[in-house]
Amino acid sequence: MTDEATTDDRLYTLIAELTYLCPLRCVYCSNPTDLAAHPDRLQTADWLRVFREAAELGALQLNLSGGEPLLRKDLEDLVAGAQRLDFYTNLITSGQPLTRDRLTRLRDAGLSSVQVSIQDARAAESDRIAGRVSFEHKLEVARWVKELGLPLTVNMVLHRQNLSRVAEMIALAEGLGADRLELANTQYLAWALTNRSALLPSRAQIDEAREVARAARERLKGKIELLFVLPDYYSDRPKACMSGWGKRYLLVSPDGLALPCHLAHTLPGLRFDNVQDRSLSEIWQSSEAFAAFRGEAWMPEPCASCDRRTVDFGGCRCQAFHLTGDAAATDPACSLSPKHGLITESRAAAQAEQLIPLTLRYREIGR
Amino acid sequence: MTEGGAPLELTLRPKLAPKTKLRLDQKTGKYLLLYPEKGLLLNPTGAAILKLCTGEHALSAIILQLATEFQSSPELLGPEVLAFVRGLLDRGLLQAEP
Repeated sequence: MTDEATTDDRLYTLIAELTYLCPLRCVYCSNPTDLAAHPDRLQTADWLRVFREAAELGALQLNLSGGEPLLRKDLEDLVAGAQRLDFYTNLITSGQPLTRDRLTRLRDAGLSSVQVSIQDARAAESDRIAGRVSFEHKLEVARWVKELGLPLTVNMVLHRQNLSRVAEMIALAEGLGADRLELANTQYLAWALTNRSALLPSRAQIDEAREVARAARERLKGKIELLFVLPDYYSDRPKACMSGWGKRYLLVSPDGLALPCHLAHTLPGLRFDNVQDRSLSEIWQSSEAFAAFRGEAWMPEPCASCDRRTVDFGGCRCQAFHLTGDAAATDPACSLSPKHGLITESRAAAQAEQLIPLTLRYREIGR
Repeated sequence: MTEGGAPLELTLRPKLAPKTKLRLDQKTGKYLLLYPEKGLLLNPTGAAILKLCTGEHALSAIILQLATEFQSSPELLGPEVLAFVRGLLDRGLLQAEP
């Protein structure tokens, strides 16, 4: 009677990264490490036009993200604009800076749901990973979300330093009345790749946490939608990154680049169009960079003759580039990749590591 | 909240969960049930069921209404409707008032 809506190729989701600025300095931030090179360049009217063009292309979901989208003073206007286009508008936020009054205004403007990131189940640990005292305020924001009748997703990023507390995280989300809990393992790109040796867990840690999550998912069925996302490094086969390059997602960066994913602008040799220069529809249909990894023509072996090429689309282009130096290589997370040794060596190091390295490199601007 | 696995009472009044949004997709002319990060593409029966899931109508009334709308019988449609509602309750996309 139903299919996952995402079964054919068309734009479904626009990810609007409104700014890369953020009060937090999370050590696994998925923004590019050269984020200072991408300042906020789009005005309110630009974003509203981008939303309209995305809706015309068929987009139904809008993720307002960043950086911290709350730092945009025009967020209320953007939410209202999205509401007029009938988007399902999801605010993806660290929860700060935010007052209850502003959240009320955002709700009234037509926000559909709020995703709050919390870095750990314990205050000191959460604040340490975020690089700023923020835990208690995050909990307060999560409570406001529920009090104001908005659906709440709690997002917690997992790594070797917090995987042992997955049960506490689930209890925290339950206590907050979350509708959805994302327990998403760190993916080792951008800042997380910089901090990989401090964050990459052992297989035993992953297995134990996954079992806790599995049992909780069963127990909470119908109450909390619980997702446990494996790190690519322990998946054996790569994920269908963004459901395939340029298939269903389009992301616009703070400086106006139209991208197939969060880090595509870190790949060399691709020229991404700016939404200030071309319409979204032109970009989606005929931009060279969007065409680069669509379909199968670009695929090397072993992808080209692999049965799973229509399932995982060769994996993540950014992971391929940042680990092998070749964006058109098979994602090394795949055990069939000739470069899979890059992954197994990192895993072996995580396994052997007795002491957690304490040096974390915090996200910073102007590196 | 209904316990998973137990048969559904026909007096239950299902209601779309607050996290969902039911809307027409202009591209396909079909209804979609949207929720965070995802969506379900609905066939005409699915869409008709969900339009009635307002918390006001009991399952028995929904089945009767659909039988009229689709020129079918409650006996024929009933199991399909119950299975659909059960699936969405389990996924937290529907809520049920006793």
